[in-house]
Amino acid sequence: MRAVNKAIRKKDAMELLLGKPVYTEDIAPKDCLVVKLLRSPHANALIREIKTDIALKVPGIEAIYTYKDIDQNGKRFTCAGQTYPEPSPYDRLLLDRHVRFVGDPVAIVAGVDEHSVDKAVKLIKTEYEVLEPVLDFRTAKDNRVLVHPEENWEALCPVGADNKRNLCAHDESSDGDIDKVLAECDIVLDRTYHTKACQQSMMETFRTFCTIDTYGRLHVVSSTQIVFHCRRIISHALGISPSKIRVTKPRIGGGFGAKQTSVSEIYPAFVTWKTKKPSMIVFSREESLTASSPRHEMQMHVRLGATKDGIVKGIDLYTLSNTGAYGEHGPTTVGLTGHKSIPLYGKAEAFRFVSDVVYTNVMSAGAYRGYGATQGLFAVESAVNELADMLRMDPFELRFKNIIKEGDVMPAYYGQVNTSCALDRCLAKVKEMIRWNEKYPMRMVSKTKARFVGMGMAMQGSGISNVDVGSATLKLNDEGVYTMNIGAADMGTGCDTILAQIAAEVLECSTEDISVFGADTDSSPYDSGSYASSTTYVTGKAVEQCALELRARIEKLGARLLGCGKEEVSFDGTQVICETEGELRGKSVSLSDIATASMCGNDISLTVTNTHTSPISPPPFMVGAAEVEVDLETGESKVIEYDACVDCGTPVNPNLARIQAEGGILQGIGMTLSENITYSKQGTLYENSFLQYKIPSRMDIGHINVEFESSYEAAGPFGAKSIGEVVINTPLPAITDALSHAAGKRFYELPITPEQIMMAKNSSEA
Amino acid sequence: MITIQNYRKAESLSEAYELNQKKSNRIIGGMMWMRMGNAKINTAIDLAGLGLDELEETDGEFRIGCMVTLRQLETHQGFYAYTSGCAKEALRHIVGVQFRNLATVGGSIYGRYGFSDVLTLFLALDSYAELYKGGIVPLKDYAARKYDRDILVRIIVKKKPVTMFYEAIRITETDLPVLTCAVARFAENNSFLVSIGARPGRAILVEDKENIFAEGVYEASIQKFSEYAKATVPTESNMRGSAEYRSHLVGVVVKRALMELYMKDE
Amino acid sequence: MLIEITLNGKTVKAEVAADTTLYDFVREHGCYSVKCGCETSNCGLCTVFLEDKPVLSCSVLAVRADHCRVTTLEGLQEEAGEFVTFIADQGAEQCGFCNPGFVMNALALFRENPYPKEEEIKEFLSGNLCRCSGYEGQLRGILNFLESMKQKEAEG
Repeated sequence: MRAVNKAIRKKDAMELLLGKPVYTEDIAPKDCLVVKLLRSPHANALIREIKTDIALKVPGIEAIYTYKDIDQNGKRFTCAGQTYPEPSPYDRLLLDRHVRFVGDPVAIVAGVDEHSVDKAVKLIKTEYEVLEPVLDFRTAKDNRVLVHPEENWEALCPVGADNKRNLCAHDESSDGDIDKVLAECDIVLDRTYHTKACQQSMMETFRTFCTIDTYGRLHVVSSTQIVFHCRRIISHALGISPSKIRVTKPRIGGGFGAKQTSVSEIYPAFVTWKTKKPSMIVFSREESLTASSPRHEMQMHVRLGATKDGIVKGIDLYTLSNTGAYGEHGPTTVGLTGHKSIPLYGKAEAFRFVSDVVYTNVMSAGAYRGYGATQGLFAVESAVNELADMLRMDPFELRFKNIIKEGDVMPAYYGQVNTSCALDRCLAKVKEMIRWNEKYPMRMVSKTKARFVGMGMAMQGSGISNVDVGSATLKLNDEGVYTMNIGAADMGTGCDTILAQIAAEVLECSTEDISVFGADTDSSPYDSGSYASSTTYVTGKAVEQCALELRARIEKLGARLLGCGKEEVSFDGTQVICETEGELRGKSVSLSDIATASMCGNDISLTVTNTHTSPISPPPFMVGAAEVEVDLETGESKVIEYDACVDCGTPVNPNLARIQAEGGILQGIGMTLSENITYSKQGTLYENSFLQYKIPSRMDIGHINVEFESSYEAAGPFGAKSIGEVVINTPLPAITDALSHAAGKRFYELPITPEQIMMAKNSSEA
Repeated sequence: MITIQNYRKAESLSEAYELNQKKSNRIIGGMMWMRMGNAKINTAIDLAGLGLDELEETDGEFRIGCMVTLRQLETHQGFYAYTSGCAKEALRHIVGVQFRNLATVGGSIYGRYGFSDVLTLFLALDSYAELYKGGIVPLKDYAARKYDRDILVRIIVKKKPVTMFYEAIRITETDLPVLTCAVARFAENNSFLVSIGARPGRAILVEDKENIFAEGVYEASIQKFSEYAKATVPTESNMRGSAEYRSHLVGVVVKRALMELYMKDE
Repeated sequence: MLIEITLNGKTVKAEVAADTTLYDFVREHGCYSVKCGCETSNCGLCTVFLEDKPVLSCSVLAVRADHCRVTTLEGLQEEAGEFVTFIADQGAEQCGFCNPGFVMNALALFRENPYPKEEEIKEFLSGNLCRCSGYEGQLRGILNFLESMKQKEAEG
């Protein structure tokens, strides 16, 4: 292959590395109004009175909006970036008289500069009727305090939601007779796991600017993964037709799912639509950490049954998910806790998976890399690791006995067939990479320090089957070079380059010959957006098909220019050659000449748009193992080596696939060891800055080693599946197992801090 | 974000002192975390330009100007050698090089932050705070004082033959510490100083009030002293750790330090 | 207050408020490479050189840089040019938002210590957070760059 499976540079690499002005804030007009939000100090309250008259007198203040400017009985909407009709309930208003978490917007203030806006925000006088909040998600269901008591709350999809029970969703699925299977097992583990609302912490916080364009339409430029969903969300929030709205994304400073929710767009959109003046909002890090779209906090109750020789016979999972004040991604994330963990165990005869998603008065959750699978895999893989201990069996050996194989039907994965799978090879590879046999379970390295190893497996999906839509437009230009227009969003992952590689492979050209443009709702072909591990697999296939069709058109025009039939020619990337016997044999016309000819007296379009969707979502698989050094006297721990092997099908760009894996692994390590979320009794989040919310620095990791064992997924472009999300999942169970051995006591909650290790160790020794 | 009305680069310490008597004015150090606060400062008084960014080493002492940055202190070879490398160990975990190129010794010590590695380090040495009006006072006393409007001009460390140990426990490598500990063993009288910080209160010295070492420093007495420290050093809980865990750590690090300084060769 | 800063070799005179940060100042003067990622002096995105020392421009008052030399990545395109190709060859730039701060501080490291060891690299750059890369690709890029520098030097 000439372009696919090649580790080429990202198209935008040099511009990014040399600091060119390519991000939202860099390209905003200088005269943008500064937009800031006054936020609620209470977790649950009604605004009794709000006075803006004094604040409006601050020089430079253009406008202040409150709930009074919004029809409180109007149609609600969701900010979740999902295909319409969204599974997430319609539970938001642009500004609501009822504020539901500490940080919920109370007023929008717009002014000429930061100074005047800051001053005005402080001068708004708000009186609240403070209500009792629901802060513990374990008590939320059927609590007498309702987070959404309003009558205009609405669920568009049958997700089991009921606002009068604080339920954002409820679901049940099963296969086989789980109670009977568990009753017959030699061992049944019954354990409960808890993970917190961790933060994506992309370096660029949420930000958006808006202008009114030449045609009087609202132009929204935003750091978003979902330009098309954004257009719809803004249309709902503002109550204007989507035809009046254009959404564009420039370069994005990271997303990881955070920007799959419209967190910042609606506020400047409202300001600009009302004032007809350009405006911009830039979230502070504090806002990004306290009023955004983090992972769903979840509690998972696992019952795992096995025979005494280590065959997992059944898994019964109940997941309770905390969606916070609003339901973005609530009904959908929870499904992955079961559907992307249980199928790993191919010999199970039954499963049951029940879930509740509840509203509470804390920050609303959203989409974060892994999207529920991370939480579910932490629970199931940790339970399997504990089973290994109970059986005194090596965790790798236990996995080898149980794993799903290629061709198996996966009852817990909607009955889909496992079309491509190298999980067995990934297991063998990681075992060798970490030198498991020498290191398991531990070894002393000094009088007070020891190294422990642990492992875990993971799967994810590749797009949402029968829902996600990917499209591409390819166009031949002067001199025989191409432009490709996409609606998928490169958020640093490199999809602009990866998709160009796929097109280049088909068109037999260099990736450099394909310029990429995206994403813009006015000009890009429709794409659901970059999330759910869909871009390479779904949009990539659309690109492949699009390029094939463009090839055919090039051959057709080339044949016409040569004066032969289109069946008589072939295209080699640079020219169309006549191949049939006769006087025309060997005659050729160059791509450049075809391009020129296409612009004169031509009726064969050399612009092709193709759209793709997939009936299946083939899982990528992964195995990871951690070697963790623990100070046995202080409890401090550090991952000194992390080895992982991924089956993402064909890695289209091995460099970018590797970085995805390394980056995802470190995020998983952070979630396991240091990224904590705690609230005051009144519902104020303590970890509201990078001083308190500790993402790993480069001193916090020894080395991460990543290898690939590729299966071939026939439904993907050149055999590719996804990689973006699966990579975050394995560190949680792997490190937890290592630390459980260090402490002599098992951990069921993350993060596991030095204190927890030490206190567990002290109590287990006492 | 802190707001500042006026900025004044002081031309002399006396001018700075006069300006600093007004409550709404403030002497600025490294200005770290200025975007976090909500304070309103009338005049920010800058001591830059008064030659206080010098770290002088003489035969008898180190004279560390209040405007010396943490990075200067960390990379000063003489101070590194004098502290058995502990100066670097105590400083290298503080956020990053760019941060330490700004943060000043004066700011760290004047602030008397509970989490301060810098205060913990100096407290274990024979250190003094030189105040513009208040003269030279032992750092131990200064550390325990309330904030006043005098100017901390420099820190003076009297040189004595010493070997040192430093350890801080952190949840991540560049986080604020859960607990800090510096121990200096002085050759004269075979005495030592143990300083514990991030309790999470300000660093304090642990004194051998029970004469545990009256008979000498050996493994059993070190064990006893570390238990004594664990029992007597006041600790509290905050986001980074409970009082119970901190007390456990006090016992561990005090023992580690003394074993390292006294028992390593034996 | 009227200040005069030598920004990337050019003298810039401007009236600033006492509490204007150097970060705001350099962006207002067209240096968009300088980014902001936090309010707590933790992330390293806003790194610039103040008199050749890497500092967090979000934590420096512009007035304090009066009569100083301030350098941003805009002024170091040539010095950075070769080094960054090694990062690009790993794909480790990813979203790019942390890159200017990271590149600036890496250049500061190479100026101070041309052949740093792995642990020295990690320690010097620990104040440059990156959420995309897991740091491993950045490290590979740096090590490859240093290797190529060594070879060049050996070849004279």
